[in-house]
Amino acid sequence: MKIESIVENITINIDGQDVDVPKGINIIEAVKMAGKGKEVPHYCYHPKLSIAGNCRMCMVEMGMPMRDRTTGEAILEEDGSPKIGWMPKPTIGCATNASPGMHIRTHSDMVKESRNGVTEFLLINHPLDCPICDQAGECRLQEFSAEHGRGYSRFIEDKNVKPKRTRLGPRVTLDDERCILCSRCVRFSKEIANDDVLGFVDRGTYSTLTCYPGKELAHNYSLNTVDICPVGALTSTDFRFKMRVWFLKRTHSICTESSIGANTEIWSREGKIYRITPRRNDEVNDTWMTDSGRDLFKPIESEDRLTHYTIEGVHTTCDEAAASVVKLIQAGDVALVGSAHSSVEEQFFYKQIADRSGAKVSLVSHQGEGDGLLLSEDRSPNLRGALVTGLITDLPEASLETLACEINSGAVKTIFAVNEDLTELGISKEALAKVNVIYVGTHANATSEVASVVLPSLSVFEKDGTFINQSFRLQRFKAAVPGPRGIEPDYTVLEKIAAPLSQEKPASLTIDLVWERMAPKISQFDDSFRWRSLPDDGVALNASAFLDLDFVETKNLKYDPAAFKEAHAAPVEA
Amino acid sequence: MEHKETRLIFKHIDEPGYTNDIDCYMQHGGYEQLKKAVTMKPEDICAEVLTSGVRGRGGAGFPAGMKWKFLDRKSGKPIYLICNADESEPGTFKDRQIIHQDPHQLIEGMMCAAFAIQAKLAFIYIRGEFFQGYRILEKAIEEARSKNFLGDNILGSGYSCDIIVHRGAGAYICGEETGLIESLEGFRANPRIKPPYFPAALGAYQCPTIVNNVETLCDVKHIVEMGGEAFAKIGTPGNTGTRIWCVSGHVQKPGYYEFACADITLGQLIYDVCGGLKPGRKLKAVIPGGSSAKILRADERFKGKLKDGSEFDWGIEDIPMDFDSLAAVGSMSGSGGVIVMDDTTDMVEALANINYFYAHESCGQCTPCREGVPWMRKVTQRMVDGEAREEDADLLKSIADQIAGRTICAFGEAASWPVQSFIAKFKDEFVEKAKEQAARRKEGKATATETTLI
Repeated sequence: MKIESIVENITINIDGQDVDVPKGINIIEAVKMAGKGKEVPHYCYHPKLSIAGNCRMCMVEMGMPMRDRTTGEAILEEDGSPKIGWMPKPTIGCATNASPGMHIRTHSDMVKESRNGVTEFLLINHPLDCPICDQAGECRLQEFSAEHGRGYSRFIEDKNVKPKRTRLGPRVTLDDERCILCSRCVRFSKEIANDDVLGFVDRGTYSTLTCYPGKELAHNYSLNTVDICPVGALTSTDFRFKMRVWFLKRTHSICTESSIGANTEIWSREGKIYRITPRRNDEVNDTWMTDSGRDLFKPIESEDRLTHYTIEGVHTTCDEAAASVVKLIQAGDVALVGSAHSSVEEQFFYKQIADRSGAKVSLVSHQGEGDGLLLSEDRSPNLRGALVTGLITDLPEASLETLACEINSGAVKTIFAVNEDLTELGISKEALAKVNVIYVGTHANATSEVASVVLPSLSVFEKDGTFINQSFRLQRFKAAVPGPRGIEPDYTVLEKIAAPLSQEKPASLTIDLVWERMAPKISQFDDSFRWRSLPDDGVALNASAFLDLDFVETKNLKYDPAAFKEAHAAPVEA
Repeated sequence: MEHKETRLIFKHIDEPGYTNDIDCYMQHGGYEQLKKAVTMKPEDICAEVLTSGVRGRGGAGFPAGMKWKFLDRKSGKPIYLICNADESEPGTFKDRQIIHQDPHQLIEGMMCAAFAIQAKLAFIYIRGEFFQGYRILEKAIEEARSKNFLGDNILGSGYSCDIIVHRGAGAYICGEETGLIESLEGFRANPRIKPPYFPAALGAYQCPTIVNNVETLCDVKHIVEMGGEAFAKIGTPGNTGTRIWCVSGHVQKPGYYEFACADITLGQLIYDVCGGLKPGRKLKAVIPGGSSAKILRADERFKGKLKDGSEFDWGIEDIPMDFDSLAAVGSMSGSGGVIVMDDTTDMVEALANINYFYAHESCGQCTPCREGVPWMRKVTQRMVDGEAREEDADLLKSIADQIAGRTICAFGEAASWPVQSFIAKFKDEFVEKAKEQAARRKEGKATATETTLI
């Protein structure tokens, strides 16, 4: 099924070394594959955008084996190796595709000299304001200038003057003087975001990036232009001047905005998150993510965060709160309202609790409009996890009317609610007053206010775990920042509830111990799966058991429901 | 000595009483070749054009028949023909004359070519500033259409093709064929990267497209008339047909002159045909093929070997005016714009002028040209403004070397060749300029007299 298996490999020669690469791959990618830190420097080329070929940084020397014009036979050197006809001019690596026998030089004098020239040209009109530039530290121009530049300037004329601090849209600020006109942002808006608002005006050295008159760079993917900007021209209005990037710690995470499960990177320092950027995963989100997904870290510092274990509104310890929950559950007639926002590990425990207490489990779906790209209709990150762990067997509904009836009829005496505000889901405050409420969640709401026991939980940025996305891909996220003081990971707390329910002593758990317990019990998981050893780009699970379910997602960037069904229903090839 | 012009394309141009309407053109035997062409097999016309060896008159001098051969006919996509009438190379003014004085010759040549390559539609991309020419062409096309020389079922042959005249918006880069195509499609005239966008395969609207110069397309008409072999007999092998030389600069009689290739030398063209220099002046330099061609110094000796192996040893006056000879002396025949400079010319100012043009016209797409050419302009501007440094000559050369061969289109070469050649041949003047200004500065005088760049 994978594309790589179809494409035939060819051999090309890079700097005297034969390398096997897929046919048709361009030279930049081919050199990357040659490994050992080899790289063709480039600005305008982006693996997920069309080829523009305008920065001229990726120039390499190219040669092909010479052939006799009349006979078509290869001309050989004296030692029997094929004679290479080198092109007199350097050629751009991004638009040159590998063909059999091609020879590439990435470090010849001609190549070095042309990179040096391009670097000098890019710098003459560049403001060189690195000390106050947000891009410093992750700037391609800065890196390549150090690597390929001459180190001093021969330019004594006046630099061009262009607009500074232009507001391109609600989230993006532009400095035109820093812009090297690589057109990545223009191509992104046109090709990926399908909103062709960016373009160049004026000609030659006065070319200036700007928005279409009367329009703004306002689409929900605008911050990706900031990510792909190789220099500090496009900056995030939110992140601008907040923090030097080299001070920031990068943690791999998963976006919780929708069931897409975009791979992300959390940039934090001293327990504070500064920004979220996408992380490349060609199976999930390529190199993009939504703007809205990047704001999700902000609520973790909000005032209404739950920071203490409480029983009837009184602060208590985790152990006592857990014991109190156990007591409530053991009294019977429990209904569990799970969450598709919980991690796979947590859902595994909720399933255990439900099994051991005979609680009836319901889940609420959260839906919104999809955009066909990286925002799906299902606005929860882990609905598939609830299915895989067996917490639910059917797709959830949007409200809890059945449960409301059961409360009214007295069939339910205790509600164990996870991350859901029941008052917004068809259960009135009056109804809630009739039952005991156990609430697990990150933020206070009307349900937590009336809850007998409140167990504060950690946000995705503060805990380790996994989610399963729309295409049944198991993906791992790691804790980037510590949670509120004294709050234990959810699985530890849940163990303290689940174990006593079957007369066991709660074990002291780590995430890997949880996996040791969980992996053999879930048929979609390999027994050897451990959280720590999951690959960074996730694992595709066998989805065949769930193909009959009518998921809400429609076609988006990497997921086509019909094609997915077809691919997974087919017998797996040996 | 009298040199007789071989007027082929300009046969009737400037004839008393010759007008640009269709009746006059038909009285002079017009559209007979189109009538002949539509009875021929298209591939036969292509073969004749290939045999004729006619080379592109726009600047690069690439054989037109070969260009047609590269057409991707297997794709099943429609084929387009585009006439490049974006004549904007400084020193060139031949296409304008054809359009103004003999538009029907162009239309006939285009229709012959369109029929030969079986184009679905033909365009004339005319320079925006030629609005008079645009009106003349529109009128001429209307006339030709009414007589069924273009439009549906041309002359009953079953072949249909029309011509659309498209005006540029004023940019030199639109003369670059892929830039022209982008502009024609309605985008900024940013030249495309080649590969993969060779017009013969992926041209206008991603369909196979042929872009030819006005003069080249007129030649097609004459090739149909006389046959490829007869056409090839004009001029010398490899340099067939006639060329229109647009002479400007310090000569007594500037203007356009049509000669068979190699029929005349540069000296004869300047001294005999154009009446020589102004009295008391001496020849200093010649740019033989439009401002992007490399400059030739008057007191140089040109030695080397021609393509056929024969050796030559020429002074500037002995250079035969054709493609290969001008290439052999290190320049090019380009678009045929011969710019003559006498000894009153300040080479620094001349280069500043050329640089000003190219810096203004760079499209700004790729880095070396966008940044390098305006840098060269700033340097030469500073030099004429009185701030010249002795090292500027080397700096200019180095910048030009960093541009040539590194850009998306040939503009990089077009802009850096003048600089490279001016520095190679007149470096002493650039250094002298700096010394002179330094001396004046020492004396407390103004370092530069006021100069006006055109």
